[in-house]
Amino acid sequence: MPDTLLDVRNLIAYYMTPTAPVRAVDNVSFNVTEKEILGIAGESGCGKSTLAYSVLRLLKPPGYIRGGEVLFKGSDLLKIEEEELRRIRWKHISYIPQSSMNALNPVMRIEEQIGDAVRNHEKISKGELRKRIEDLLVSVGLSPSVAHMYPHELSGGMRQRVVIAMAMALNPELIIADEPTTALDVVVQRGILQLLRDIRSKLKASVIMITHDMAAQAQIVDRLAIMYAGKIVEIGDANDLFNDPLHPYSRALISAIPSISEKKKLKGVPGFPPDLRSPPPGCRFYPRCPHRIPGKCNVDEPRLIEVKNGRLVACHLYR
Amino acid sequence: MKNENLIEVNHLTKVFASRGVMSKGQIKAVDDVSFSMPREKPTILTLAGESGSGKTTTARLILGFIKPTSGKILYQGRNIWKMTKDEWVRYRKEVQAVFQDPYGAFNPLHKVDRVLTIPIRKFKLANSEEEAADLISEALGVVGLKTDEVLGKYPHQLSGGQRQRIMLARAFLLKPKLIVADEPVSMIDASLRASILNVMLDLKSKFSISFLYITHDLSTARYVSDNIIVMYLGSIMEMGPVDKVLVKPLHPYVKLLIDSVPVPDPERRWKNRIELPRIEITSQSLQTRGCKFYPRCSQRMEKCSKERPDLANVEEDRWVACHLYQ
Repeated sequence: MPDTLLDVRNLIAYYMTPTAPVRAVDNVSFNVTEKEILGIAGESGCGKSTLAYSVLRLLKPPGYIRGGEVLFKGSDLLKIEEEELRRIRWKHISYIPQSSMNALNPVMRIEEQIGDAVRNHEKISKGELRKRIEDLLVSVGLSPSVAHMYPHELSGGMRQRVVIAMAMALNPELIIADEPTTALDVVVQRGILQLLRDIRSKLKASVIMITHDMAAQAQIVDRLAIMYAGKIVEIGDANDLFNDPLHPYSRALISAIPSISEKKKLKGVPGFPPDLRSPPPGCRFYPRCPHRIPGKCNVDEPRLIEVKNGRLVACHLYR
Repeated sequence: MKNENLIEVNHLTKVFASRGVMSKGQIKAVDDVSFSMPREKPTILTLAGESGSGKTTTARLILGFIKPTSGKILYQGRNIWKMTKDEWVRYRKEVQAVFQDPYGAFNPLHKVDRVLTIPIRKFKLANSEEEAADLISEALGVVGLKTDEVLGKYPHQLSGGQRQRIMLARAFLLKPKLIVADEPVSMIDASLRASILNVMLDLKSKFSISFLYITHDLSTARYVSDNIIVMYLGSIMEMGPVDKVLVKPLHPYVKLLIDSVPVPDPERRWKNRIELPRIEITSQSLQTRGCKFYPRCSQRMEKCSKERPDLANVEEDRWVACHLYQ
């Protein structure tokens, strides 16, 4: 059994609105083991980014964490002091934010930006720092000369690689990447996915990859969690899950992916996700589910339970 | 004039002046592009490429939003920039556009009904309120929406998929011959994307509407289109039936592109690695004489740096711009 690195238990994160709270992450539990790549998939508004912010305690008002635990190597990140948390962030858990290629400071050279991140956490001589930055850039496939450049001199894909290099700068044990390949060209996308896989072998780190792109998930993750309307509906080994998705939503999501290699009729899922201020009672997928059991699924909320080895599903079809 | 095409693009070129601080120069966004779409049968033609390939500029040129630097666009044999006022009005009716962001196309302060009533008024499609209401409900039905689901609502009350279907309904109202759809599903969630693509297929088969589908996503291109054009830095690299080009690509760039599309199956992961460029390939460092793909090509030859390959007809229906096939 590999050791658990991150253990998220019953996490609840809401957004305050004038009417009712938006229940964006509602009682979510999962774990990440050492040197594992865990994917979190789901459509826009399903709560996957809120989940990332919450785990890092970066959720800003009107968002707030209402309950649960985020245990990182045994200590609850939701309870520790801000100062201690700051030491853990970047050094132990780093983050690649959404559209991060636009997150770089436009008036600072790349070396200064990476340098700042390193010096905030480590005492390091100038020469060592320069060497570290060069090594980092090379490890993401960039020329060391990129260090002297400004962000505008780089393409979106190169800036994304710089951000990945920054996330790797302090040898963290866990990297959370939120939509790291969205808005990039396919060839670059493939290179970035390759890099995320390299992180595990180079840093011996774990990665949580959050993306709606199921094909990208299929290419690199070990395990996959599928979120729908603020809940994890299924989680399991990526091979098993793609081969035999159990939850009706996972099935619909996987069968809606067009493939370049074969032409099969695609079926969309009728309806659309619920308003998370007033989610439907029982299972949140009930209104769109082709296998729903009236009187049960719209009354009883299915819990996420293990149905076979390592596969957890929240659906009444599997009790 | 029987055999004229629906759309014919001849040696289309668009040059933009670049306003860089460090470098002043010109960018050929579209560089001598020629292709056509037939008039006799409806087709869906994909214009695919990465960012900077010129696919969106080509679409904007066809829609008449910008004027070509050289070359021409013929609609049913008539140069769109030499049309009479009446011909132009007809063109604006028969060639419709659908864009990437189905939210940006709506005024958030107005109910969605407005995007449907305006074209009816502007093109005088109905003689009475009732007739207008019938047209609207027919159009919504065609794209799989119910009137009471969407009418009377504000844009933010609808999902992206519903908004994009309303844009297709709006286009349908005008009974167009061609819809230019620029990344219409790239902002739509996967579970709703398939239904939009299916609406496009329906509009083609049931109502004989052709599409010029602009996308970076080759998987959806395979799903909806008959033919495909793959562009790179303003030029056409390969053109032909989608089932041939995407299954057995000829051009090394198209091969690289297809090989990089992730397969949604963990048992079919990439086996080999790719190298990304270590430093930016700027327009200045680009070959001006040779093949545009030369700096990245794995099969490049001496000749490729010196001479730009023409788009040549290599087999029935297939064109490739590569010295390997000439």
